[in-house]
Amino acid sequence: MNALFFKLTLAIYFAATIAYLAYLVKPREVLGKVSCWILSAGFVAHCAYTVDRYLEAGHTPITNLHESLSFFSLAVVGIYILFERKYRIFILGSFVTPVAFLLMAASTGFPSAIMPLNPALKSKWLMVHTVMAFLSYAAFSVAFGAAIMYLIQQHFLKSKKLGPMYQKLPSLDILDEINYRCLTIGFPLLTFAIISGAIWAESAWGTYWSWDPKETWSLITWFVYAALLHGRLTTGWRGKKAAILAIVGFFVLLFTFLGVNLFLSGLHSYK
Amino acid sequence: MNIVVVGLSHKTASVDIREKVAFAPTQMEKPLRALLAIEDIAEAVIVSTCNRVEVYISTRDIAGGMARIKRFLADYHGISPEILEPHLYAHHGEAAIRHVFRVASSLDSMVVGEPQILGQIKTAYGYAAEFKTSGIILNRFLHKAFSVAKRVRTETKIASSAVSVSFAAVELARKIFGNLSDKTVMLIGAGEMCELAAKHFINNGVRGVMVTNRTYERAVKLAEEFEGKPVSFDDLFDQLHKADIVLSSTGATQFIIKPKDVEEVIRRRKLKPMFFIDIAVPRDIDPKVNDVENVYLYDMDDLQGVVASNLQQRAEEAKKAEAIIDEEIGQFHKWLSNLEVTPTIVALRSKFEETRKAELEKTLASWKDLPPDGAKRLEALTTAIVNKLLHPPTATLKRVGQGGRTDLYVDALRTLFELQTGESEAEELGELEE
Repeated sequence: MNALFFKLTLAIYFAATIAYLAYLVKPREVLGKVSCWILSAGFVAHCAYTVDRYLEAGHTPITNLHESLSFFSLAVVGIYILFERKYRIFILGSFVTPVAFLLMAASTGFPSAIMPLNPALKSKWLMVHTVMAFLSYAAFSVAFGAAIMYLIQQHFLKSKKLGPMYQKLPSLDILDEINYRCLTIGFPLLTFAIISGAIWAESAWGTYWSWDPKETWSLITWFVYAALLHGRLTTGWRGKKAAILAIVGFFVLLFTFLGVNLFLSGLHSYK
Repeated sequence: MNIVVVGLSHKTASVDIREKVAFAPTQMEKPLRALLAIEDIAEAVIVSTCNRVEVYISTRDIAGGMARIKRFLADYHGISPEILEPHLYAHHGEAAIRHVFRVASSLDSMVVGEPQILGQIKTAYGYAAEFKTSGIILNRFLHKAFSVAKRVRTETKIASSAVSVSFAAVELARKIFGNLSDKTVMLIGAGEMCELAAKHFINNGVRGVMVTNRTYERAVKLAEEFEGKPVSFDDLFDQLHKADIVLSSTGATQFIIKPKDVEEVIRRRKLKPMFFIDIAVPRDIDPKVNDVENVYLYDMDDLQGVVASNLQQRAEEAKKAEAIIDEEIGQFHKWLSNLEVTPTIVALRSKFEETRKAELEKTLASWKDLPPDGAKRLEALTTAIVNKLLHPPTATLKRVGQGGRTDLYVDALRTLFELQTGESEAEELGELEE
């Protein structure tokens, strides 16, 4: 059952990615709506997979890389669908959906067997900490997509070479606003994830903070986004600067999530 | 029945001729009725815009119909036919259908893709419908033209980009700011181009206008016109940060706005984007201003470059539009031909059926020792003979109906079999087909 839901999700995300890329080539309203419906169907299947796995394992399924990548992808799609409902910019999906699909596809590269939980992970904080963290990651991923679109569109406007792509991309103003929105959603979630992680660490290991590589990199990520938010609110950083920082932030975040797990050893490294 | 189009446009006649031939849009009843009074003209629609005057009719007599419209146009406007004739084009059949589809889709317009023409044809059709000078053929024809134009509009990007400098500027502003309703325009100098561009921005929802000029009185006057705020030229850099869009067209011989000024202004705006449009020649704004973060500068050449690339894009989209029209012509032509062929088939069949029935009745009445099922058998026999005989001509007519040269066959059949040539059947049929 579980494997079926997984395969179904992967297949639908693949279809949605193709549909959104087709929309990028031929931006017809109908195609955009169809893409969104496909993606929504994938989201439902993905939720089913996650819930099913939760019931089977008896804990939130974010305890190994396979599960984390899958959950990351689920959060990206969920947050994206919210933005889609609000802004109706299907083209954003052309940039975000492939990310979700790739995360999902990457998860197939890691063992998916449900393993008994390590005692430290047996806690109510598992859900709070990890879900918050991944929702914030998802918001920053959407910001990443919008930032790339911003830089492309800005390049067209500055260079005055207005190709067909220029017509398809939304206005700079909207892209900047999405970037900001993502930040205001993602940053509090990340902050909360770090705080809840610290509380959990205290109850599991007796110390709030132990400078484990994951913790260190989380803090770095937090600082990058804090700087961006601060810059936006006080000195009015916007546009290109904000877009570049959103992209930098996303890569730091990716390293925090993947790099630390794969290359550095620590309490967060899943085996 | 044929469709005939006679007219002239910006492509065939200069404005002084077009003016003379134009019909006053509010007084269409008289010319429409006059057209319908002419012999052999069954239906008529007149399209009259500043770029074209066209008469659409349905008639049985193509050559006669063309000649009669030409004479009508000359007589009605009191122009000698010799002067008018060289400017007129006349189409019938498929060419007429193609022509009107192209006109409605704005492929024949001065600016390809401009949307006004469709509305103008709709208005023209509205008059014809009001005065009942259009009937089943032109009704169907024009409705088809409207739907073709709509298809062209939705399936191609023929009208999706701005093709004038002012509109290009508005379009660019939309790509930078999104919504323009909370944006402010600053006019520097009071040139005509600047005014025009400012009007486009106001029509597109820009909220505030500020005007500055070396002569302050001129700024005050122009500001009044736009219900804006005059700014003294000396205060320009004190006020510039309040503007999102800056339109400049002074007669200055040197740059009046330099990167340093703009950097300062943009800092005061907390990096909120600015869009500078330099319409002046020589230019007012240093091109290096474009390098300042969140500042976009377009001069006249840049804008014209945008327009040129948009026009090129339209030309490419026009090719797709022509393909759509090709497809639709076939469909409409088929309908028109069937309209012609079907009543003839119906008439032919009923003629045969009447003859068969009459003869059968005569025979039955005089046949004394008819076997019990004789009447039934004779009925079946005669029906079978009639059907067998009628099958080849019916099939042939349906086939030619889809190809062309319909008139020839239809006329021959009608003459040979003395069929009724009334309009009423065609009309009934047409209504059924609607």
